[in-house]
Amino acid sequence: MATSVFALEPLWLALLLQALAALLLFLIGAVVVGYLEHKVLAHMQDRLGPMEAIWHGIGQLPADGLKFLQKEDIIPTAADRWVFALAPAVAVVPGVVVIAVLPFGPGLWLTDLDAGIFFALAASGVTVLGTLMAGWSSANKFSLMGGLRGAAQLISYELPLVLAAAAIVIQAGTLSLPGIVEAQHGFTLFGVPMIYGIPHIIGLGLFFVAALAELSRPPFDMPIADSELIAGHMTEYTGMRYAFFMLSEYAGMVILSALATVLFLGGWYPWPGVGLPEGAAGMVLGFVITFAKILVLSAIMVWLRATFPRMREDQLQRLSWSVLIPLGLLNIVLVATAKVWF
Amino acid sequence: MEAYLTSYATVLALTVAGILLVALAFAVSRLVRPDREYGFKLSSYECGIDPVGTGWSHTHIRYYMFAFMFVIFDVETLFIFPWAVVLGTSEHQRFIFGVMLVFLFFVTITLPYEWKKGVLKWV
Repeated sequence: MATSVFALEPLWLALLLQALAALLLFLIGAVVVGYLEHKVLAHMQDRLGPMEAIWHGIGQLPADGLKFLQKEDIIPTAADRWVFALAPAVAVVPGVVVIAVLPFGPGLWLTDLDAGIFFALAASGVTVLGTLMAGWSSANKFSLMGGLRGAAQLISYELPLVLAAAAIVIQAGTLSLPGIVEAQHGFTLFGVPMIYGIPHIIGLGLFFVAALAELSRPPFDMPIADSELIAGHMTEYTGMRYAFFMLSEYAGMVILSALATVLFLGGWYPWPGVGLPEGAAGMVLGFVITFAKILVLSAIMVWLRATFPRMREDQLQRLSWSVLIPLGLLNIVLVATAKVWF
Repeated sequence: MEAYLTSYATVLALTVAGILLVALAFAVSRLVRPDREYGFKLSSYECGIDPVGTGWSHTHIRYYMFAFMFVIFDVETLFIFPWAVVLGTSEHQRFIFGVMLVFLFFVTITLPYEWKKGVLKWV
């Protein structure tokens, strides 16, 4: 199997390049998906969306970022100062850390941890803390409700997400994300090369629904339900701190779409069994294919936002505990049975 | 061992990079943003009226049972992962499959029990 392009000597140079690459991927990914959301949602509602910044509003998000930089930073007197100030950082840093294991093409990953998928799910789970910290420290009734709802939702939907991923680990026999892509490349269903997403359609559905809820995206956006809770845990936030919450949401879309791409859609290969050219051409092509898959999944998330009304809080919890989690356990048993006897 | 530690050095580097990103953005913002605070601006938001009582008001935490259940189920999924890796290649494949079925049975039985106890109901 290919090694990472970042496996360089000396170590400090490799680490520096990895850190820069991760920050670039994090920011560019979030900005591209943010722009995608603005435009796709606008066109679905028969609007144009941002049109002024550069060409067709393509510079809208960087411009928003510059504007946020100049905004006053208001910390309410009643708030718990330190926790309030640190919450956005706690929401953002896990997003950067998860990029360490995501493969974006042949050799285009920062590091290949043995615990790959497990690490990715664990690190992205830390984001819950940011939501809870923000909700509690704001000393605001809307924030408190939003924070509690957010925490309950994020922990309930962590389970279907992890169970769906565990079924793929059984299939691939490895936790390493590049390893899963390579295993999927050699996968055949009745002799036909196939992505995992087709036989594992239950897993794909579970993973996608749980990912939507993990990101608090409609129809699962009760924690920030703007008609009831203003902006949930973000109600009291302004300027850069608010911007970091938005950044972590968009980056979260990129990260979970990238994980779904690796687990179910064949990663950087166009289709299992169809190879890529060697060397740099293969890397560029692989990166383009991975990113295209990520954007398609993100666009579907935006599409669902334009289509579905918000669920009610009790319906949300019932869906997770009495449908998705039993289905996830059943999925594991089914996949394990297939693995042992076929 | 060396390679193993090196692969985790990346994680450390990215954590530092993430913290630096946040710190840098706040530092730049501090240089360019205005800072004109006064009483009303710093009061808690409550639909434009003066806030009533404290923001940490008493709320019924209906969700704390979910937190308990989450701990149980999350530990269980922790056990599934190492099993999932070896299942395909183990020479005792059918035995460990059976053992996991027993384990999953006892974990899954908690769900109907909780349902019966009314934990999963809203009110």
